[in-house]
Amino acid sequence: MAEKEKLTMAILSGDLERALAAFMLATTGASMGMQVNMFFTFWGLDIIKKNQGGIKSSGLMQKMLNMMNRGGSKRLKLSRFNMFGLGTWMMKKLMKKTNMPSIDEFIALANQMGVNIIACTTTCGVMGIAPELETFRSEVTTLAGAAYFLGEASESKVVLFI
Amino acid sequence: MKSDYSLDCMGLYCPMPIVKTAEKVKDLEVGEVLEIVADDKGIKQDMPAWCKATGHQFLGIEEADKEIKVYVKKTHK
Repeated sequence: MAEKEKLTMAILSGDLERALAAFMLATTGASMGMQVNMFFTFWGLDIIKKNQGGIKSSGLMQKMLNMMNRGGSKRLKLSRFNMFGLGTWMMKKLMKKTNMPSIDEFIALANQMGVNIIACTTTCGVMGIAPELETFRSEVTTLAGAAYFLGEASESKVVLFI
Repeated sequence: MKSDYSLDCMGLYCPMPIVKTAEKVKDLEVGEVLEIVADDKGIKQDMPAWCKATGHQFLGIEEADKEIKVYVKKTHK
């Protein structure tokens, strides 16, 4: 085949179902021989924050924000029918029953398949999250800004905003 | 249809049959045929699309009861 086609996604949402859809497309794209970029920004950063430990942050408002919104794949919720966690718990049960990978399994799979997982440094700055790789899970490979996203997007056949 | 390998994707939903097929095809030699056994109806559209994107040859579908058998021939490294 000629040069690899590219798929670039900007993931703004930290909703569980959107995160799952993004990773389904990412792993499928990689399976189809595409080079895949996933650019996480705003609430999307919650998906790729480490699950363990505290989130290093600076500034009072940012500290409050990160206390109320800890993030991490284990804390993602459905956008509808969360019902104080009951709906999300049920969805996770159903996913297991139908042999769907969990969000953690999807992230690991995407990483194995060479998907480029990028954390947006600008939103890290705004939200007071330390823009370092240690803030994020090990699958995150790149820290970058809008220019990097647009550079990749302009070379991509498929660009999605999630 | 005759095949060299079979891949069991029963009970798996999109995108797992595609992900597994892409992984498995790597182990095949050029010219060998892979049979994918699945029960997710999406595969009937997904596998031809995957073949179109990757350049491998889509040979056809056989359906019996709930089993959908899809055949793919590896055409290049």
